[in-house]
Order: sequence, then C-alpha cells, then structure tokens
Amino acid sequence: MKAFDYVAPDHEAEALEMLAAEPGGSEILAGGTDLIGLMKQMIVTPDRVVNIMEIPTLKGVSADSQGVTIGAATTLDELLAAPELEQFPAVKQAIRGINSMQLQNQGTLGGELCQRPRCWYFRNGYGLLAQGGRLVAEGDNRYHAIFGNAGPAKFVHPSRLAPALVALGAQVRIAGPGEADETLLPLETFFRTPRHEGQREHVLAPNQLVTHIHLPAAEGKGNATYEVRHGEGPDYPLASAAAALRFNGSRVSEAQIVLGHVAPTPWYSLDAVNAIVGQEVNYDTARAAGEAAVAAATPLSGNEYKVQLARTAVQRAILLAAGLETGGF
Amino acid sequence: MKDPVPLPRPNAGFSRRAFLKGSGAAAAASAVAAGPGLVEAADETSKVVSGKAPTKIKLNVNGQTHDLEVETRTTLLDALRYQLDLTGAKPVSIDETSGACSVFVDDKLVSANTMFAVACKGKKIRTVESLGGKQPDAVPVAFVHHDAMQCGFCTPGFVVAVRAFLDKNPNANEQQIREGLNSNICRCGTYANVIQAALEVVKGGK
Amino acid sequence: MAEYSWPKYHAATVLGKDHDRIDGLEKATGAAKYSYDINRKGMLFAKLLGCPHAHCRIKAIDASGAEKMPGVRAVKTMKEPGNEIRWQGDAIVCVAADTEGAAAEALKKIKVEYEMLDVFVDDEDLAAAEKAGRAKPAGGNTQWEVEPDDDLDDEQADAEIDRLLKTAEVVVDGYYGINVITHMCLEPHGSTCEWNGSKLTAHLSTQNVSGTAGQFADPLGITADDVEVHCDFIGGGFGSKFAADTWGVMAAQISRETGRPVKLMLDRDQELKVAGARPSGYLKARVGADKDGVVTVWDSHHWGTSGPKGGGVSQTVIPYVFDPKNRRRKQTAIATDTGPDRAWRAPNHPQACAMTQTAYDDIAAKLGIDSYDVFLRNLPSVSPKKGAHSMADTYREQMEIGAKLIDWKAKWHPHGKGKAEGSIVTGLGMALHTWGGGGHSSTCLLKIHPDGGVETSLGSQDLGTGTRTAIAIVVAETFGLPVSAVKVNIGSSKYPVSGPSGGSTTIGGVSESNRRAAQDALRQLSEKVAKKLGVDAGSLVAKDGRIQVADNPDKSLSWKEACSLLGMAPLEVQGKFERGRGESPLSSSQVGGVQMAEVAVDRDTGVIKMKKFVAVQDMGLIVSPRTAESQIYGAVIMGIAYALFEERIMDPKTGAFLNCELADYKLPRLGDIGEIVVEMYEPKDEYERGVVGLGEPPVISPGAAISNAVCNALGVRVPVLPMIPKRVLDAIAKGGKA
Repeated sequence: MKAFDYVAPDHEAEALEMLAAEPGGSEILAGGTDLIGLMKQMIVTPDRVVNIMEIPTLKGVSADSQGVTIGAATTLDELLAAPELEQFPAVKQAIRGINSMQLQNQGTLGGELCQRPRCWYFRNGYGLLAQGGRLVAEGDNRYHAIFGNAGPAKFVHPSRLAPALVALGAQVRIAGPGEADETLLPLETFFRTPRHEGQREHVLAPNQLVTHIHLPAAEGKGNATYEVRHGEGPDYPLASAAAALRFNGSRVSEAQIVLGHVAPTPWYSLDAVNAIVGQEVNYDTARAAGEAAVAAATPLSGNEYKVQLARTAVQRAILLAAGLETGGF
Repeated sequence: MKDPVPLPRPNAGFSRRAFLKGSGAAAAASAVAAGPGLVEAADETSKVVSGKAPTKIKLNVNGQTHDLEVETRTTLLDALRYQLDLTGAKPVSIDETSGACSVFVDDKLVSANTMFAVACKGKKIRTVESLGGKQPDAVPVAFVHHDAMQCGFCTPGFVVAVRAFLDKNPNANEQQIREGLNSNICRCGTYANVIQAALEVVKGGK
Repeated sequence: MAEYSWPKYHAATVLGKDHDRIDGLEKATGAAKYSYDINRKGMLFAKLLGCPHAHCRIKAIDASGAEKMPGVRAVKTMKEPGNEIRWQGDAIVCVAADTEGAAAEALKKIKVEYEMLDVFVDDEDLAAAEKAGRAKPAGGNTQWEVEPDDDLDDEQADAEIDRLLKTAEVVVDGYYGINVITHMCLEPHGSTCEWNGSKLTAHLSTQNVSGTAGQFADPLGITADDVEVHCDFIGGGFGSKFAADTWGVMAAQISRETGRPVKLMLDRDQELKVAGARPSGYLKARVGADKDGVVTVWDSHHWGTSGPKGGGVSQTVIPYVFDPKNRRRKQTAIATDTGPDRAWRAPNHPQACAMTQTAYDDIAAKLGIDSYDVFLRNLPSVSPKKGAHSMADTYREQMEIGAKLIDWKAKWHPHGKGKAEGSIVTGLGMALHTWGGGGHSSTCLLKIHPDGGVETSLGSQDLGTGTRTAIAIVVAETFGLPVSAVKVNIGSSKYPVSGPSGGSTTIGGVSESNRRAAQDALRQLSEKVAKKLGVDAGSLVAKDGRIQVADNPDKSLSWKEACSLLGMAPLEVQGKFERGRGESPLSSSQVGGVQMAEVAVDRDTGVIKMKKFVAVQDMGLIVSPRTAESQIYGAVIMGIAYALFEERIMDPKTGAFLNCELADYKLPRLGDIGEIVVEMYEPKDEYERGVVGLGEPPVISPGAAISNAVCNALGVRVPVLPMIPKRVLDAIAKGGKA
C-alpha cells in the first residue's frame, strides 16, 4: 500500500476542506470494506485519506411525514434495525442479501453506493474500462453488462441498494466543493457510465461528499428486491431487480422497476413499467414484464444467460412487491 | 429513463438550513448533540497524520491499553498481529470475504483487515484471545466438542463470528444458523460441525 | 521379531472411541501458532514481484527504484534477462522491508522489460490447442474381450468398436468435463526464517516436515543437519505444500544476509497463481451398454492441462472404478501458460470420476431405468482385490446403506420426469470411488519416564486431520492410559523421520510406528513388573491405568509404580514402519466409498441447492472416529465446492488469472451445504484389515454424484463442472445437445 496522510474530520465543512487540500489525490474512507482492499492492491493510491466516520451529522436515520433521511455514514446493520425503514422492504431485502455480519456492521450507505465495480479486469489492474472495453468484449465477460454496454464501460454497477433506492425515488444530498455548496439530486442521475478512464461511476467531484439519502414515504407502495445469487455469503448477485408498485384496486397504477448488476449504472426499465402498469399482478403478467425488461438487452459474448436471469429477477421482484410467491428459490 | 422525481426545491438553491429544518431533522439533532454542525476546521497541521513516519497511538485491546507505533497504512489486523502478537485473527483475503480476521470493535463484529489502526483510537477492541484462557468461552469449547475445525486457520474467525451471531440471536434454530453465518470461509469444510457447535451453545444457554 | 496387533473387534477402550482433538482449544482460541503467526523482534517482511504476463521473456530488470524506498533492507532478483516466464505471477524480484506496506510499495518501483510471447490458456478448446501447437498425445490403452492377449491395430480397433456399438442396446455419445481449480490454502505458502549462527530455523507451512530441510540446505550451501524445519500447525495444504519452494529459500537467504528474521508469505493472488492447481479434464466418449445398462464397450478421448508441461488427468483411471471388458482410451495433453499443477487431494480421481461415472448415469437416463440399478449391475467389472473381500461386495453393501439413508427408492424418478414445484425440480445421483491409503514409512521415538510421563516424538505434521490426537489414542490404548496422559511431539525435522502427509498415508504410518513402539515398550516394562510381582510377563496386560495379570487385578501395579521400576533413566523405544515391506497386521490399503446426492434446481435461474448428501466410507480400522468423520464432512463440502462453485478463470487473451482474489473465487459457505450424512462403514472384516488412510477418498465422488443428481432433476446433462448458473441455463437452452 502506498503511504498516505490520514485525517478524520469531525464535521462536514472540515471534511470538505481536507478533501480540497489534496485535489484529486484524496479518497473518502467510510466503512473501508472496499477502499482498503483496493489500496492494498495499489489500484487506488491516494495521497490523503479522509475518514468521515467521526462526523456525527452523517449518521442516523430520521423520518417525518415526507419520508426518511439517512446519513451516508450510517452502517447497513443500523439500517436493517431502523423501524423507519419498515415501509421499504426492498431496501432491507437488499441489505440482507449482503449476507455477512461484518460487511453489514462496517459497510455504510454512502460507501455501498460509491463502491467500485467488481469487474475483474479493473480489479486486476487493467483500468476501469479495461483497454477501452476491448479486454472485456474479447475476454471472460460472464458477469458483465447486458445493457448500456455499447461504449467502453462494460462493467456492472456493484451497488445492491441502488436499484431499490432508485425505484423508491431516492434523492442524494451532496456537499461541496465549497463549505456552503450543496446539491440534491435524484439518485438515478448520480450514477453515470464513464466514457474514459478519468471518469468515475458517479458525478461526484473529487472534493464533494455524499452526506444523506432521502427517501419519500412509501405511502402504501409495495416494494421488493430480488437478487439471483449463486450461493450464500456476501458475493454479488448475478442479476437483481427492485420493484415499487402502487395499486388501484387490484391493478397496478404506478410502477418503478430498476435492474441491478446488468449495466454500468442501475438500469431503470420503462419497458417493464409499461408492461405491468394497468395489470393485475400474477405469475404471467410479472413474466411478461420480465420479458419486456430484457427485450432490448445486448449481451456480450459470454453472458447471454444473464438475460434469462434479469427476466426472472424482474418477474420475481414484481411478484414479491405484490406480496406473492416467486415459485423459485 | 423515467421522469425525474420532483425535488423539494430546485437543487441549486437548496439551502443547508432548509435541509436541516426539513427532512434532515435527525441529522441536525445529532449534530446538535455533538456540537455545532459547522465550525471552522481545526488547524490542519494538528489533525493530519503524516504517512511519512510512524505515529504513536493508544489502542484498547481486550481490556488493556497499549502504546503502539503504527504507519497510517497499518491495518488493525497488522497492528494486532505484529505489534501485540495477537495472531488469532488471520490474514486470508485482502477484503471482507473470508471473515478470518474477525474481531469486535465497540462490540460489533468487523474485519480487522479493512480498518486502519489509526482509525481505532478510543475504540474498544476484543479479539478471539479474549474467549480463551483458563475459563474459555462456551463457543470455543463447543467447537472442540463438535470438532468444528480441521487445519484451524479459519477457526478463530469463525469462533468470533459464532459468538457475535449468538449474542444477537441467543435462541437461534438450525435454519437461522444456516442463514446467518455465511460471512466466513472454511476451505477444509468444517461447516457441518460449526452448525452443531453453534446449536450446542444455544442449548446450553451460553 | 516381535508380534504386533490391535485389540480384538469391539475390545478396545480408547481406540475407536470419541475423543476431543487434543489441540482443539488452542486452535479455537487463536493460541495455536502457524508459520504466518511466528513473529520475531526485528523481523523483516518480504514480498515477491510476480510477473504480470502469462508468457514472455525478460529483457531487463531495474530494481534500483525499490532499493531507494524508505524501510527497504534487501532487494534480490530471482530471474535473469533471457528467462522465459510461463505463467502469470511467477516471482521475479523479492523485496524485504521493515513493514509489509513498505515492501509492497517498493515492488511498484521495480521496472521490468518484457518481450511478449504467444499466450494460450484455453484448455477446453482442443481444436484451438492443436492449431496453436499446444496439444500432444499422452498415451492410451485398450482391452478387448475377443483378443485378451493381442493388441489390435488402429483400423482393427475402430472396426471392433463400431461392431460393439452396433450390437449395444443403447449408446451414449457424451461430453463431460471439469475445470482447473486451485488449492486455496487459507494460510498461503510461505515461511518465517531465522538464523542462529550458522544454523537455520525455517518455520515453514508444510505437509512435509521431515523432507524439506535438505531442500533449504542445498541451495544455501549448508547441510541438512544445520536446518530445522518447524511447523506446529499448517493452515491447509491439500497436496500443495511438500516443498521449501524458491520463495522459502529466498526468505532464508535474505535472513542470512541481513542478520534479521524474515517473514515471506504469499499474497492471496500469488497463492492462487503460483502455488498449485488441480489439472482439468474434458472427455468425449461413446459408451455402449446392454438392455440392463451393463456397459459392453467404452471408447473415450480426453484432454486437459497441468500447466506449461501439458499433463492432465492420467488415462489409467478412465473409466473410473469400472473396467468394462472392451475399452479404448486416449489422452491428449494441452500445454497452457498457467501456473503448474501440484498434487490435489486424490490426484486424478475426482476428475476421472466426474468425467466417466456421469456417462454411466447417462446410460441409465437413456434406458429410462434407475441409476442405482445401472451402477449395481456394473459392479462385477470393478477391480476385485481388497484384503478379505472384493471391492464389488463392499460397494454393494455400501450402496444398500446409502440408499436407505437417502431414501433412494422412494425419491427416485426417471431423469427429467420429477414433479416440478414452481420452477424447482429435484433429483438424485450417485457415484463410487476407491483409493489406496496405505501407510507411509514412519519412525517415532517413544519415551516412558520413571515418573510415569509418556511422550512420543516424530517428524510428522497435522494437516488438520487430527494427527496428534490419533497418535495419542494409539499410545494411550496400548498403555491402558487416558489420551490426556500422552504427549505428542510432531512438527520438527529434528524428530525421527516420518513421511510427508500426502496420499492419505499419514494415519497408517504414524499408527504403525507408534503402536509398534508402544507394544515393544510395554513388553519391556512388563518384564520389570513381572519380576516385581513374581508372575509371567506374558500374563500381564495394561488396563485402566494399571499393569496387571489379565484376569487378576489384585496382581497389579499402577502405571506410575510400574514406571518407577525403570530407575533413573527413561525407557526409550524406537518404533519403525517401512512401507512396501509386505503385509502388516496393523495397516492395510485400498478402500471403497459410495456417495449419493439429492439436489434442487431452479430452472429459471440455474441455481442449484444441495438438499441432502450421504457418504458411506470404509477406512479399515477407525482410530479416531470423530476426526475421521470430520474428514468425510470436509471432503464432501470440498466436493460441493468443485461441483457447484470453484474454477480457475483465465483471461483468454492476456492469460491473466481473473478470479485470483477470494471475492471472485467462488466457494460454498455454511448455508450452501444442505444436510450431510456420514456413515462410517466398519464391519468386523474391515476392522481386522487394520488402519487405512481416509483423507482423499471421500472427496472423489461428489462431482459425479451431484452432476448425476442435477441431470436426474433436469433431464439434461450439465456437461462441465462446476455447474454454475450460466452452464445450467446454457444446458437447458440446448436441451441436452452438446
């Protein structure tokens, strides 16, 4: 690991100041569950590490009539225990999917959203885009993207909470670069597909900080996350989907459906939404929404099977959001 | 893409004040508890720990305070193993995937290899060694009874994980044990024995 | 020559009983010190720069950047310009520094120039390997019912195979395979080395304590007597840790040059890249059988890789266990630019089982009959020899036991014809295996102290099998003492030579040497007791902590009183067993095992879950049932790993080992194993064969048994292990067509 300067500010403004002092050379440390491994491999080599875990305003969950606000440094186990999040089973299911006490205890919400892709070309030092995407396209891409993969970025976004949060209409509060600067963005616009090696998987500038996530109240929206996992443990799903459904009588009146681990960003499926809105939810209508979700998929040389997984994940997320059985594991 | 969610306010003009008053109430509350949310940063030189030379820290481990000299890049795991010779927590993976380096920090189960020692100042650290000694904890004893070990390299991490899991779920049944103890890797294949050991601890009420 | 024997069946009081592992609490509380855990004052941390490329030639090495880094104490090149590199990760430079972080940072300052060479890593693609000049014939063998003594030439053989296939009731034309996996020892390879004057102590993570001292001595220019290899605990070996390795010698060399202890343990990715792998195998076969499923003709060609040297799975075990009257087998070796193989628990057998007993199951599928019956009806073709009774008899009995435990008859359905629940289907599969497991040569020094203390010392090691505990049981049984009364000293090359722990040879070897030493010692002690009691020494037995006349406990001395007769000096007895010197009453070889799997498969996701697994295993006389049972549980779980999860994944273009970190190298976890039932098969005639090794055999069958269960559930074969969701879905999509 490269030697670095370390600082643990105790309030937001100080964190921004510390990040600004080493522009571009700083990394934000939260739970450390991803960053420290990357630093050991010297894939990430900051001159300065800014630990935000000593900042009290970044921690905790609160609710009011409009919704729930979560500090970015709140740990996943705290989210799991939070009664304010009972209305969002999609979020809790996604956290439970990270089947590791240690990861849940250490990992934070902000870190979960900002963790780096698991793409093995990136992790083996070939760069985020792995030689303009060529290595992935011609190599082993079994875990790579089946959507949004026409450009050089072919990795899948690693976040397991993002599909649920986007489906539930989350917003992200960003502080910086100046101490008085702050921005509130819909979470889906926070993620982006990098076009060159200099870009990250989100729009955060090097001297900005994710401070909070805001979730509007579910107000009776059924919601669920379904992950296709190879086995137990903390390993990433092969594909996932989150669904948030509002019903008018027995029919779906409004829907948000977001796929995970299929594209370089969480992947919102308007096709799936259109297929399920106006329908009663049953095995067949959910299946049809799954079909619609993957109709435009563009699998790579070795991940055609993920189309089937994505289809099934959408189907099962919809069934779960409607309180029905999935018929599978 | 779907239509953007209407924002509470146009994002450019969204003020921190409004955020704190509105949906950010809890954040504000905790900020008040900890002192003013926005104060001038302390003098930078006093707070930044240089990576160029070792720094002195105090670590509270197994109830005792130790004076250590670490680099900023020294992980908690390396500090425990190489400075305190507490080698029960093992280096197996570069990240959290093995669970072999599990320890308690402020009573929470964590992986010691993904924490920096400098970030553990003031925290209460407990290692597997605290479950040994003349009066060993019920978990390692049950591991021996059910032979829940072979080469044993993953075993201390597993013991700590089972302890943490049963502290939280003292009446866990077999299904819950199978669902809840998936953070630790064993290569020799002791899982079947670990399940039995955990069940024995539940039955013994310890 | 003295006579050696075990107690009569069911007469032992310590042997074959459940005992806690004697070093269990040390391991469970973190007190046990592994090589990685040996820390010394002033110790340096050494790290290796591995080659980033799979196949290249070194043009120049400039390590001066590393030498200038703060904290760096030694920089040593391990390759020269001109050297060819044949696998990613091969060590080029070693750097030792005050901290691990400093050593790792310094490695990044080393500049190496490479000339890139052609890369080939796709061992499954036979046509591509042939085109790249990477394939070469690796032998074959035929046997014919019509011409038992004659070889047919190729043309005649082709004609005979065609004739036999035509007359067969059913022909399976199948493809089966199993990928390379690594050992993934949780404690990586490495050592902590220190010198005391001209003497080296290497705390080496090894399964070969007695055999590695010379491997250090020779390259260091010293003699083996100046080396102590020490290993009290080893964090996994599985066949990969028999050598000092170049990096072990490098640690010793840097330690000598710097005058400081040196720790060099491989990083996780290096461990996977360079420290051992299990060869792959891919097999095409045409198999003909009669209407009952009895195989009449086998014709196969298989290929695979052991790394740069080619290799693969030996053709001598194809088809596995079964030996049909007509068969032709052919092997092709594929040379790949990948880390070389090392012995992996039961070399050749798991792959052979997975590639061929699947074909036997496909016979059942094609005939629409019960797989159990097909396996049963083919038993007459298995190799007949084994101690008192035939292997076929052993398998037959074990199959009956297994079938009861898994409720085979009630649960079985024709392949693909089970009832689905939602998208979930279930299935049953089975497989058989065999292994030698005869004891290795072993010498121990047993001491009985005048105060009653008992210790035995030998240069053996405990891979995790419970060697210490088993030795203590053997000695305690002989002396009529509790297990806790025996001190077992292993883990140093300074103790009497005992064999490496490989091939399931340890339990046989150490039981032999220790039983022999203990029986000899007891005879000597009994002479003294007999004189004291005025009885015939032959009438004495050791029982319940006393040495007594067999039927007359009144005529006895306590163990301690007896030992006090030794006078001032302890009684020292050497126990020696030499492998290959004919039959011994204490140990034997050749075991059989039957395993059955029940799985559930989600047809919509390709995810497989283990429901139940039954393992029936013989191992001769069982010394330590609890740790033996653990071996079987562990082997089954390791089998689930290679059946459903793990594989080495190489980038086809660069030859990079893509899943070289634990986060990407899939292994099963506690929630993935389902219910496992272990049946220790130990009828009287098995017990009377004496001790046979157990470590490898139960890891052989899970691949085939689980594959057969998945095929039974789905009605299509998932041809290559591991059966990851991608392969399951691909197989369903193809509908069983290759």
